[in-house]
Amino acid sequence: MRQISMRELYEILKQIFPLGELTEQRSNLAFITVDRAQLRPLLLHLRDREGFTHLVLLTAVDWIEDGSFQLTYLLCDRLGQRDLGLRVMLPRDGAAMESIHDLWPTAATYQRELREMFGIAFPESPRVEEDFILEGWTGTPPYRRDFDTLKYSNETFAPRPGRETRDPEGYMKEQLYPDGN
Amino acid sequence: MAYRPDRSQYPSRKADGSLDIDLTSGKYLKLWQGPQHPGITGNMAVELTVCGDEVVEGKTHVGYLHRGFEKLMERRTFIQCFPIVCRICVPEPDFNEYCYAVAVEELAGIEVPERAHWIRTLILEMGRINSYLMYLGGQAGALGQGVIGQWTTYVRDLMLDRFEELTGARIYHMFIMPGGVRDGLPDGFHKRMKKTLREIEKTLDDVEDVMFNNAVFKKRTVGLGYIDPALLDTYGVTGPTARAAGVAKDVRKDQPYLVYPELDFEPVVGRDSDVYTRADVRRRDLLMSVDLIRQILAKMPDEGPVMTELPNVLHWKIPRGETYVRGECSRGEYGYYLVTDGSGYPRRVNVRGPSYTHAMALLERLIVNCNISDVAALMVSLHTYPPEIER
Repeated sequence: MRQISMRELYEILKQIFPLGELTEQRSNLAFITVDRAQLRPLLLHLRDREGFTHLVLLTAVDWIEDGSFQLTYLLCDRLGQRDLGLRVMLPRDGAAMESIHDLWPTAATYQRELREMFGIAFPESPRVEEDFILEGWTGTPPYRRDFDTLKYSNETFAPRPGRETRDPEGYMKEQLYPDGN
Repeated sequence: MAYRPDRSQYPSRKADGSLDIDLTSGKYLKLWQGPQHPGITGNMAVELTVCGDEVVEGKTHVGYLHRGFEKLMERRTFIQCFPIVCRICVPEPDFNEYCYAVAVEELAGIEVPERAHWIRTLILEMGRINSYLMYLGGQAGALGQGVIGQWTTYVRDLMLDRFEELTGARIYHMFIMPGGVRDGLPDGFHKRMKKTLREIEKTLDDVEDVMFNNAVFKKRTVGLGYIDPALLDTYGVTGPTARAAGVAKDVRKDQPYLVYPELDFEPVVGRDSDVYTRADVRRRDLLMSVDLIRQILAKMPDEGPVMTELPNVLHWKIPRGETYVRGECSRGEYGYYLVTDGSGYPRRVNVRGPSYTHAMALLERLIVNCNISDVAALMVSLHTYPPEIER
């Protein structure tokens, strides 16, 4: 059987679901923007009808300038040798998404991490409120773009002696010519 | 007489499906296996609830090694990320370099010379051998056979010598960079590599005799940690763990990359999907890597460039885009999801390590009803490295 291209797959899917933009990155990798409401039926269709049985990853990208998070659900069809990424855009303020842990149990781990690192809520996901990597973190979720790592570090950790920065040129001069000649 | 487990003490389930464990009842005990425990893989911990010596619930805890790589990379230029990525996985760092380099090359539209593809494949297979050797020592060690670890560490050290002469470093090689590899092979490398491969084969013969034909090892691992093949995709299981269940999942064959289409090999597949089969699949896969390195050395071009010319890396901007690049590492599918926004910094890097699914959801499922003394063997058999979980 001839393997259909990603664009052909997109056209087939488009007849069933309202879909957004298609980005064909390679002949075997494409990304489609979908509405939040369409995600679940589309995932089910891809998993059960199109052979995309493997959830490769679920992650988020912070587009702070647009005020939105992009959730990427990457699925793999191993026998068809192709990957499809679904992009869901969420507003940054009060970001929340439906859980898919009942489709892939591993998604619960990804959702726990996203809740902790990006502050995206997944209300029905099991153990989602438990700390994953950070312990007792209450501030801005650290993987958001507006989290300033340097500021956090300066506020949290005390400076230690021996860490002063020096101007290399002046320092070498001082070392080589201590009397200033 | 057949063993009959006493289930009368087992917890019932609450309405939401979670276990009704009353620790004050005296029936149950919480045990922490790790983070400092000889039977744990790397810096992670498993919180066990036991009833007698059987585990009724296990929860994986990570975070002891979190350094925020993905966040660090967002504040570094593309070339500054290159020495960071290898730190994500200690025993097999080269896949990070490879996946990151290919993702950057793809989005920046850079062609890599053919000889660099061969050297990259060589490096990845050498790394796979190292990782498997470490695993075999760990798997035997989890069942009390300390000597296997000593033997495999010896041959792994020989392979580290080959890495040192090729890349200048033993653990973090920083050799596969965007655009190609840093250098060609040194003089006499072929000869010394072949000698190392012979030594590895000899050691593996001994390992087979002492570990795989050992009655105690068989008795304790056959039938332990069975993974139903139907669960593989549901739990995102890849690599040797999936192949031991009879599914020939191997990215090198499924979505061939580098020079794998020119090499002659078939994925090593097992049948029984238990700890013993997983160990055996990895041993045979290791021997296949030895064979692949021989093929690479015989077929690779001796002359030609290994690095393409890059734009000024200090002012290197990559157009907006996103991609996912994967490879088959010793533990399963390793991948990098890279998003760029047209600036000189990555917008987002997400590392997909096989341990992410294996050590969390899968382990927590398999560990139920396991005997405490088998937990270490089960955990090692999934071949997990915690830094991949908490990048």
